[in-house]
Amino acid sequence: MASALINVPKKAKRGDIIEIKTLMSHIMETGYRRTATGELVPRDIITSFSCRYNGVEVFRADLFPAIAANPFITFFTVATESGKFDFEWIGDQGFTETASAAISVE
Amino acid sequence: MHEPKNSSRRQFLSLAGSAAVMGVIPIVTVTPAEATPAMLASAIRNVVGTATVQTGKIKIDVPPLVENGNTVPLTVTVTSPMTENDYVKSIHVFNEKNPQPNVGNFYLGPRSGRAQISTRIRLADTQKIVAIARLSDGSFWSVSADVVVTLAACTEEVI
Repeated sequence: MASALINVPKKAKRGDIIEIKTLMSHIMETGYRRTATGELVPRDIITSFSCRYNGVEVFRADLFPAIAANPFITFFTVATESGKFDFEWIGDQGFTETASAAISVE
Repeated sequence: MHEPKNSSRRQFLSLAGSAAVMGVIPIVTVTPAEATPAMLASAIRNVVGTATVQTGKIKIDVPPLVENGNTVPLTVTVTSPMTENDYVKSIHVFNEKNPQPNVGNFYLGPRSGRAQISTRIRLADTQKIVAIARLSDGSFWSVSADVVVTLAACTEEVI
């Protein structure tokens, strides 16, 4: 069961630069590893991550097998208004997961 | 000269030649899954096109020596005012010796406020990491960092 950890400040002053930390639990199987019998383990990674702030995309990332298991991504954004952050992870084998966090801006 | 001797010598030479060719081909096809500096260069070309890449403005924070290549903390920072007219559009991270040259592409905008991203990456070998920033004016800036890895990631056996 995949699950996300999100760290967004609950409150911020308007115009503040805030740091957002995200962690999604995922195996990130590279597709280059073999089992003891020599079979290639099929690739199973998260390929795309995005963050929208009140519906507007503020950050996006393309991920490759070189990203470690349980992808941890941090980035910054300017606190412009109170509202909601929507996070979305999309990956191989039909993987999609979403999470959201609220912020109040004074 | 004895005709038969000559022809057998010829046969031997052609056999030896084809054996040598056959011996060479498998070596070429059985190269291990590893990105080469040429693959790194072509992956970078795919991002920057024909633009010239300048050095500076961008910084990689990565430990110079890591014990475990499975999770290597990486922070990339670009010096930019991050205003509507002058901001970092994207940060691209590449490596030299993993099976694939790409590590990640990160897309920012003027709303990012600060051009800095952090993540954790995998490194299959002691190698060079390259980060390239694309600015809103269309210029590209790059930096590289060397990391020594004692336990490699990616290609080990599944237990």
